[in-house]
This record gives sequence, C-alpha cells and structure tokens, in this order.
Amino acid sequence: MGASACNNCDIEILDCLTPKHDVERFGITLVGSPRHADVILVAGIVNRQSLERFKRAYDQVPNPKLVVAVGVCACTGDLFRDSYNYVSPVDEIIPVDVYVPGCPPKPEAIIAGIIKAAEKIK
Amino acid sequence: MNLFYLLVAPGFLWSLTIGLLASWYDRKITARLQWRQGPPIFQPLTDLIKLFGKEVYVPDGGLRWLFLLAPLLAFSAVLISSTILGVSNLDISEGFIGDLIVVVYLLTVPSLALILAGSASRNPLAALGASREMKLILAYELPFLLALFTLLVKVRSVMLGDFISYQATVGWLGFSFSGLIAFIVVLLVFQAKIGLVPFDLAEAEQELMAGPLLEYSGAPLALFRAAKAMLYYVLPLLLITLFWGGGQIGWPGALALIIKYVIILTLMVLVKNTAPRLRIDQAVRFFWGPWTLLALLGLILALLGY
Repeated sequence: MGASACNNCDIEILDCLTPKHDVERFGITLVGSPRHADVILVAGIVNRQSLERFKRAYDQVPNPKLVVAVGVCACTGDLFRDSYNYVSPVDEIIPVDVYVPGCPPKPEAIIAGIIKAAEKIK
Repeated sequence: MNLFYLLVAPGFLWSLTIGLLASWYDRKITARLQWRQGPPIFQPLTDLIKLFGKEVYVPDGGLRWLFLLAPLLAFSAVLISSTILGVSNLDISEGFIGDLIVVVYLLTVPSLALILAGSASRNPLAALGASREMKLILAYELPFLLALFTLLVKVRSVMLGDFISYQATVGWLGFSFSGLIAFIVVLLVFQAKIGLVPFDLAEAEQELMAGPLLEYSGAPLALFRAAKAMLYYVLPLLLITLFWGGGQIGWPGALALIIKYVIILTLMVLVKNTAPRLRIDQAVRFFWGPWTLLALLGLILALLGY
C-alpha cells in the first residue's frame, strides 16, 4: 500500500519480483486483491487525504496479517515530517511488524524484512 | 467402494494431489521460462493450508448464502467429474451410458460458480469479471461441442468406456485427420476452461484485481483454489481419454499415461507463457470465428470418413 509515496520504494519492491532477486522461490507472490494478501508492504507517508482510505484498505486484509514498513518515509516520515499534509508515522495508524529503512531500501533488504516478518508468525 | 472412489482415489485425495503437483509444475516452468527459480514443490499445498487459517469475510449487502455456496459448487462439480472420469479409466464396465455428457456438463459448473461468485460479491470489479467469464463461456462452448460431435461421429456412443475400448481396438482418435483437428480445438478450449493465458480474462490480475474472486478470503478461497488445481488434473486427463487412448493401470500403461499427461500439461504451460492475454471481444471473435471453422472442418472430415 502506498499512501503517498514517491514510488521509488514501489520500484524497488517491483524489483523483488524480477529474475535477479526472484522472490517466488520463497513462496512469495504478488496477489491481485487485498483479501488474498498476508503481508502488507507500506511505502510512503500517510497524508490527510489518504488516511481514511488507508485504514480501510488495511481492514480489508484478513487476519492474520503482517505489516512491513518499507523505506524511511514509512518508518519515520523522514524529510516530510514537518509537512502541512503529514498526519503521523505509519505505526501510529496501523501496527507495524518490521521496519526496513533506506531511501529506497535495496531489494535484498526488503526481502530480508519480509522473511523476518514471516518468522515472527512461527 | 463408491465412497472410496469419491474420497480417496480417483476422487478427492488423488486428484487434489496431482492437481497441486500440476500447479507447482506450472509455476516452476513459468519461472524457468522467465529465467527465475520458482517455488519449492510443496508451495501450492502450503498456500492451500494457509488459506484455511485466515478469517472469512462475507461482503455485507451481497447474497450471503450464494457467496458461500459458489465455492462449494465449483469444488463438488470438479470432484464428481474427476471421480467419474477416473473410474471409467480404471474399469471400463463401471461407467454408465451418458457419462461423457455428465462430465461435460459438470465441467461447465466451475465457470458458472465463478460467475455466481462475482455476482454475489457486490463489487463492480467482481461483476465485471463475472460478465467477462459469461461471454467467454458462450464463446468456447461452441467449438468444444463441435469437436465432441466429431468424436461422436466416429465412436457412435456417449459412454467414456466405449471411447477407451474403441481406441484400444481401432487406434488412437487423435491420430486421424479429424481427430487431430478436434484435439487442437479442444486443447485451446481447455486452456480457457482452466483460466490460463491467453484466456484468463476473468482473473486478469493487472486489470481487474483478481476478478470474480476479489472478495474471497480464507476457506471459500481455498475451495476455489482447490477446484482450480483439480481442473489441472481433470481436463488433461479428459483430453487423454478422448483422444489419446485413456489410462490403463499396470506397468507400461501407467508410465505412458504419466508421459502423455506431462506432455499435455507442458503444452498448456508453454502456450500460457508465450501468448499475451486476449481482450474479451478478441477472445469471442477467436472462438466463434477461426476456431469454430476449424472444428467444423474436423466434423466434415469425420463425416467423410477420415
């Protein structure tokens, strides 16, 4: 889910699906609907316009679910922290399990974050 | 004995196991063709087990009973048709007259269940997927039935066991001119039935966000996925029974059956990976245009005796 990302983290997440970092060998696939998902990757900050929709999208993912905050904007807000449109860090809106810092984080870091989150369930 | 056939083999456990292996094979070959590694062998099974542990959402405002009934319909239809097909292959005398028609009818039910699922979801994307699936069914049933008529002209019976015994005596139906044409026709029709590219419009991931199955999660979604996995087993087996001699247990027969099944599965996966997705009007035009003409050609050749 990207609330208002610059899409750089989205591009890196997309890189995880490519042959170089192939994430399907861990059994991770991209699904077409939030109702089919288990892990939510949040990229970007949550701003006032997308706050309500962001919460609604989060509620649509069935339990048990994991949230991975990808990129420093999702972790802490980074350089948009003092912006007029910035609401709060993501973990004050939804519970976050793993934080992956970086601007943008490398695909290997993202994959390591997802696997760390998956091990939390075990 | 009938309960054993239904629940263990060749019914539920057997077809689900082979279906899950087949869907792993599909994902692995797709990954290899894209220069990737692909998932480990138990991945489809773990996906299914995981789905049973997720909570089930029913969208409010939609028809609750229909939403929950649709996956049961799809699953039970594929289960019964796989049992009938497997029993006819194992022992020719245990079929009944008309069981080919029953199997063909039952195999339309999973697509119908998808339409019901999309319509009961109270979601415009799901409804769009349902309407696309409706048009797709209308499109591919026509050449499919023409191809079946081609076979019926030769075999002159509607019992699956008679197909097997005809092929044991006269020769494989797929090796005559009309049979080969009908084989090619039915191969692409089954590609559309399972929902593989180039005909996976209903579940078009990038466009429709999972289509009719959009609102499903948990156990109902697991039933739909299990039904799709079992279709991976039933449809190639039906293809083999009708065109390639059917399966026999015992040493060389079983190995030949496995090789034929893997060849057909590989053909479907290769077509899936080398073709782009068709739009719904392109798909309907394809099935009602060149594909129906091809099936008619096969029918004419069969009537002429080739």
